[in-house]
Amino acid sequence: MRFYRSHILVCNATPCVLKGSRAVQAALTEEIERNGLEQEIKVVETGCLGLSECGPIIVVYPEGTIYANLTPQDASEIVREHLLKGKIVERLLYRAPQAARMPSVALPESPVLARQQRIVLRNVGLIDPTSIEEYVASNGYEALGKAFSMSPEQVIDEIKRSNLRGRGGAAFPTGIKWEAARNASGEPKTVICNADEGEPGNFKDRIIMEGDPHSVVEAMVIAGYAVGAHKGYIYVRGEYKQAINKLNKAVTDAKSKGLLGEDILGSGFGFDIEVFRGAGAYVCGEETALIESLEGRRGESMVKPPYPPTHGLWGAPTVINNVETLANVPQIILNGSDWYNSIGTERSKGTKVLTPCGDVLQPGAIEVPFGITMREVLYEIAGGTKSGKEIKAVLVGGPSGVCVGRESLDRRFAYEDLSPGAGALIVIDEDKCIVDLIHNCLEFFVHESCGQCVPCREGTKRMLDIADRWVSGEGKPEEVRLMQELAKNLAVSSRCGLGQFAGTAFVTSYNLFEDEYHAHLAEHECPTNICAMRNGRRMSNG
Amino acid sequence: MAKTVTIKINGRTIQAEEGMTILQAAQQAGIYIPTLCYHPDLSVEGVCRICVVEVEGQRLLCPSCAYPVSEGLVITTHSPKVREARRMIVELLLANHPQECLTCAANQKCELQKLAKELGIQEIRFKDERHHHRKDDSNPSIIRNPEKCILCKRCVRVCHEIQSVGALFAHNRGWHTEIGPEFEKHLQDVVCVYCGQCINRCPTGALKAKDPAPQIWEAIYDPEKFVVVQTAPAVRATIGEEFGMPPGSLVTSKMVTALRMLGFDKVFDTDFAADLTIVEEGNELVQRISTGGVLPMITSCSPGWIKFIEHFYPDQLAHLSTCKSPQQMFGAIAKTYYAQKIGIDPSKMVVVSIMPCSAKKFEAERPEMRSSGYKDVDYVLTTREAAGMIKEAGIDLPNLEDGEFDAPLGISTGAGVIFGATGGVMEAAIRTAYEVITGKPLENIEVTAVRGMEGIREATVDIDGVKLKAAVAHGLANARKLLDMIQSGESDHHFIEIMACPGGCLGGGGQPFPTSPEIRKARAEAIYRADRQMPIRKSHENPAIIALYEEFLGEPLGPMSHKLLHTHYTPRISEGTPAPRLQKDAVHSK
Repeated sequence: MRFYRSHILVCNATPCVLKGSRAVQAALTEEIERNGLEQEIKVVETGCLGLSECGPIIVVYPEGTIYANLTPQDASEIVREHLLKGKIVERLLYRAPQAARMPSVALPESPVLARQQRIVLRNVGLIDPTSIEEYVASNGYEALGKAFSMSPEQVIDEIKRSNLRGRGGAAFPTGIKWEAARNASGEPKTVICNADEGEPGNFKDRIIMEGDPHSVVEAMVIAGYAVGAHKGYIYVRGEYKQAINKLNKAVTDAKSKGLLGEDILGSGFGFDIEVFRGAGAYVCGEETALIESLEGRRGESMVKPPYPPTHGLWGAPTVINNVETLANVPQIILNGSDWYNSIGTERSKGTKVLTPCGDVLQPGAIEVPFGITMREVLYEIAGGTKSGKEIKAVLVGGPSGVCVGRESLDRRFAYEDLSPGAGALIVIDEDKCIVDLIHNCLEFFVHESCGQCVPCREGTKRMLDIADRWVSGEGKPEEVRLMQELAKNLAVSSRCGLGQFAGTAFVTSYNLFEDEYHAHLAEHECPTNICAMRNGRRMSNG
Repeated sequence: MAKTVTIKINGRTIQAEEGMTILQAAQQAGIYIPTLCYHPDLSVEGVCRICVVEVEGQRLLCPSCAYPVSEGLVITTHSPKVREARRMIVELLLANHPQECLTCAANQKCELQKLAKELGIQEIRFKDERHHHRKDDSNPSIIRNPEKCILCKRCVRVCHEIQSVGALFAHNRGWHTEIGPEFEKHLQDVVCVYCGQCINRCPTGALKAKDPAPQIWEAIYDPEKFVVVQTAPAVRATIGEEFGMPPGSLVTSKMVTALRMLGFDKVFDTDFAADLTIVEEGNELVQRISTGGVLPMITSCSPGWIKFIEHFYPDQLAHLSTCKSPQQMFGAIAKTYYAQKIGIDPSKMVVVSIMPCSAKKFEAERPEMRSSGYKDVDYVLTTREAAGMIKEAGIDLPNLEDGEFDAPLGISTGAGVIFGATGGVMEAAIRTAYEVITGKPLENIEVTAVRGMEGIREATVDIDGVKLKAAVAHGLANARKLLDMIQSGESDHHFIEIMACPGGCLGGGGQPFPTSPEIRKARAEAIYRADRQMPIRKSHENPAIIALYEEFLGEPLGPMSHKLLHTHYTPRISEGTPAPRLQKDAVHSK
């Protein structure tokens, strides 16, 4: 084993990659070799810390110094000054954008990092996700060993007692789901990790898979053990190329170490995982459409009941869990449900990975305990709006979530208060148009509807037809009722969540921004000048 | 015995079996819940959302076609919330539908129309885009009009699950979804066998058969033309349904009178040709058995089945009997033997057949069906289309006087009429084969072992010590199972009857709507009743058939028979066709 005196962790999460982190990593590696330091200093890639607005980012250990906004040209200075001479390179230091905003407030150096409680993200940004050794060194696969020392029923019990609820948006109690699958009859049982993450504004699962793929693998084996399944699929949206690669590597490495396959850790229990690539359909994030897709058919939802825990893949009991849900499991097994219940609120236990994005100063994936207020998340962590203007509205949970305004800033994120959905927090500032935002959401649903059930296929299209007129100055006030009627009926009669939630953003936004809608429909004016109204009052940008 | 649960629907307490859905329990109790995409023959898809009901304790409306009953369930089927949801669904469907009810073939039979009226829809508030798709009028049997499609996918399900053909799929996504063959091909370019089961399930006018009534009217009123009509066995047991009579109404003699009133010069009976088929095919079977010919021999009177085997098992064609179907035998005999007999120029004879079948329209167009020197069968009407002509002429079929078929091509036996039910050809063949082989009369003329509605039935008939192993299949998914058995060498049968349609011809693609297992059972009972009412019940005892051989054909399987009454088959492509989606699992099945 080699001891290094210094580690340089280069964030290679997708946003930083897009900004050129790989070239920075290559430049650093080359510079270190040129200086003959490769035996002393290790350059590794790591996952996302939530600072991607300032990427490419590196963290130099043991100091924990964060350098930001790097280019390959900066490599030689960092090596020369910091690694050889021990001098911090001031000009490249990460400075929280919020700091410029609130100079009179004593902010921690990185409010993004300071305010988080990283359980699911504990390894992300700290280990090399391509190294199973580093995962193991971070207590990885210990939970699996502990689970094998319990009975499957005890494992389920522990998850039940932890009050862990699904993190993909539906918030179904995970332990109850596992128990239903365990008790149902039918073979072969399967565990599926839903990594289709299609909701606009969600990228937390991508962060987890890119930064700590083994946490998903380990969790799935535990889940399989608990319910009696020997096969698992990770259904990843096709666009997540890096996540797919990282997961495949994790599965391969786990197999080679006997942590997947037959007789894992000598337990007698066997489990195998296949990474399955999606093909660009949002609806395949719906569990039954996902199953259809896995079975090689069109990604269309299936009528429910029955539900996957009793009749899922190949008609047999199937557990489908979101990536983040699963990533909680090893920690719960290791640290116990009492520990988990000590975090969060009365009825919402544990943490949630949220993804503030849109008009915020510092978008990113952050993990916070339930009970934190939206104000704290959006202002203190995400830094308020980029423009410095007021926050106008937030789509909590993405386009299929609820629209809230400033009146909700002091609500707490919790299932009993402001439910975060899957965690997307799409923020718009006062320069943006609500009607335009809702129109955009409806375009999305029309595009993504699987088209099978009448309410969604026809209803979302008709909602968009109406919204088309609203943003082009041809709307009429009486259409509000029609829109509400559509939203109401879609909500109760659609076959799956896509149609059921397609109208929620409109309904909730109308309650808050009635005046803005009225301006569009009755006066054919767009107060923010974003909509191209046909009566000639057009705007320059928009 | 299944456990019983107690539930409440609309305040009424009813008992239901565990495992039933709310819809099944309601239907059993006589409580009405409207449906659209649900069909008793098919798996549950739950796309229309019309059958949704309120279930106490549930936030969303629940699809009664899928929701299982459980002890203490409280259900409301027509609350304001439910009615509003249903109205919205129908209004949305109408907004994307051509508004041409008055001239649509489905006018007054359309389920969408019925729902709109039932729910009291008086306004369509969505006046934007409608989808536009091209019509498919490519083939002799089925016309597709996707603009009238409401995407219930009953056609897709029957084509995949019951027929295992898989010619129709859903394409594209969302609002652009369209049903049709792969890659926007026409039906005539894919594996469609024209069985018309899709037509029977379509709730609107999106699928219909190609109706030759205009040409037939023209021929009837053309003084130059001698127009004869033949009626298939199943028609007499079902055409009454088109006039409001209950399924199982046998209206043979009234049908004959109606057709005569339409103006046909002669009203003949396909059953005559069915008897002829039995004589030829029975002898063919005996010949194959005694000379080591290809066995099992499979019946060949179902043109949907013929096209199926041509597509999917083209290397097994030698198993087919070379006999034509009764429809085609009739045409060949009519334009030769009969034309000569009465001194009519066959070029002036028009042969019209009334069939429970849509594939028969394709069969009549097959290039080899010109043994008479002319097109043997000119036009094929479905039962529905024939009823349409009768109605157009103002004829009130249920209240007509009895009439008799014309001789000689209208003389038939009970063995001929049972062709209309699955197992009927087999039974008729056994009635003749037994006596031809043994020279002794068959004691139990009703071979009940081959009757019934099970998908595949097997029977062993003792023919004077020789064990004849027979099998019967109906519905092409069951045919496929038998063909797979033959292909793998597992089949030790001598003789197999295959009918493309569930129930046999009585469930054919040209039959009245709706169809269901109960309706088909009632129709079968009518057909077996017709058999019992016939004075002669064995094909080889038909005097008109005996005369035909004596005067014209000579011997069964003789050169004249071969020329007029036997045919050959054509291997067709099926490569590149996506595999059919067979029934998934018991939960989603009927």
